[in-house]
Amino acid sequence: MAINWFKYSSPASFYSLAGKMTPLFSITAFALFVAGLYIGFFVAPTDFQQSEAYRIIFIHVPAAWMSMFLYLIMASWAAIGLAFNTRLSSMIATAIAPTGAMFTFLALWTGALWGKPMWGTWWVWDARLTSELILLFLYIGFMALQAAIDDPRRADKAGAVIALVGVVNIPIIYFSVKWWNTLHQGATVSLTQSPKMAATMLTSMLIMGLACWMYSIAVVLMRTRTIILERERHTMWVSELQGTA
Amino acid sequence: MFLWVIQRDLLLAMRQRADVLTTLFFFIIVVSLFPLGVGPEMNMLRIMAPGVVWVAALLSSMLSLERMFFSDYLDGTLEQMLLSPQPLSLLVLGKALAHWLVTGLPLVLIAPVLGIQFNLPMDSLLVLTASLLLGTPVLSLIGAIGAALTLGLRGGGVLVSLLVLPLYIPVLIFGTGAVEASSVGLGASTHLSLLGALLLASLVLTPWAAAAALRISME
Amino acid sequence: MSWASWSDFFAMGGYGFYVWGSYLVSFFCMAGEIALAFNRKRTLLRQLSLIHKPIQKEQNNETTP
Repeated sequence: MAINWFKYSSPASFYSLAGKMTPLFSITAFALFVAGLYIGFFVAPTDFQQSEAYRIIFIHVPAAWMSMFLYLIMASWAAIGLAFNTRLSSMIATAIAPTGAMFTFLALWTGALWGKPMWGTWWVWDARLTSELILLFLYIGFMALQAAIDDPRRADKAGAVIALVGVVNIPIIYFSVKWWNTLHQGATVSLTQSPKMAATMLTSMLIMGLACWMYSIAVVLMRTRTIILERERHTMWVSELQGTA
Repeated sequence: MFLWVIQRDLLLAMRQRADVLTTLFFFIIVVSLFPLGVGPEMNMLRIMAPGVVWVAALLSSMLSLERMFFSDYLDGTLEQMLLSPQPLSLLVLGKALAHWLVTGLPLVLIAPVLGIQFNLPMDSLLVLTASLLLGTPVLSLIGAIGAALTLGLRGGGVLVSLLVLPLYIPVLIFGTGAVEASSVGLGASTHLSLLGALLLASLVLTPWAAAAALRISME
Repeated sequence: MSWASWSDFFAMGGYGFYVWGSYLVSFFCMAGEIALAFNRKRTLLRQLSLIHKPIQKEQNNETTP
């Protein structure tokens, strides 16, 4: 009984599938968040160096992971959409962008708030922080381009091109920023390579990472369903859906 | 065919000479604004000089990006180019280089003069010009992708800058880094070779991407 | 890691502002995003139902003899 996976590539069937999956993911996300935060705040010991300030790491690091991870996922869906001309994959790519941008902003925000007690300044031109900022610009560029184009098909393809060009440039940007950083400051502010992780700290961070992942899947699925409705409004199955909904 | 595109574009550019000069004067004005803003103190300006010149080059090359395809888009020659048997990426490469000749090259030629304004010593002036010579074509090539993507969109000008500026950052970093390394005495060869690598990579990759973007925009 | 009292928990070793500042903003961003997604869906569904309602009315009129 081979489930033909291609059945789900048609927006109509994906719509119902996503409908069933979204609550599932959001519940797991919620549970993981609670668990992660509990361990992070109540089980993890006080760090000898930064006392309690380090607890920001439980949201900062997962956010940074998710920001880069989501950009890669977005670019791959965009590529599939461009190559196979499947409208659904481009819809998913369009749906991922806002969540990715949010996580990049969160990574920057929590990084700044963590940097203040640790280094005494809100912003440090460190290689990772700078490339995170540039990643935010890439996300915004993607969303702005898609917003500026009315015809959805062209918007999808144009977005795919800029996402792929962005993905090719991320390593170059990261390398040049790292090079630039060492040239100027000689890395006076060396980020301690995430303090020797006590077991509980690590588990809490991993759980939070998973929680953010589940959360993003849930939000992306929800947004994809909205986009499907928006773009398929003229189709029959949407009007039938209206009859019943 | 490739040379024909460049030759035709240069001819077009020469007819409306004003466009060429506006980009150049924009570059000159922006560069001379900084000393007024920051103050005439000489060694402060010397430190800032490469950064200022490079950012001004970035902005001025980006300003004229829209014109790269827009006039052809309006009168339909772009459609003819799409239909022509020649590979589209070759045509796009021709247009990007023509754009560079019109906007990038004058910047490179005028940069030493502006460098004197910033009291730059002779050797870093040379390195600055060399880095601009290597870097500005990359700006035009990457800019071609942005111009192709935002063809005919309302508010395209601002959108191009939003799309293309993050991609310009490596060029900016290596460009300014070259001048700084030479002034510190480290020698700019590493940065210039990296700029050369960027140039070669973009010579190969960007025309193909811009051609794909053009086909999408022209559908 | 038992906190002596709730006030200690919120003081967070003097870094309360930073820790809670980042967690609060993260919470609001996520909650805001979910709210936005729901809102976008609801308005869309309402629009769609407005479009489809007249069509159903016509169908009803035709069917009645």
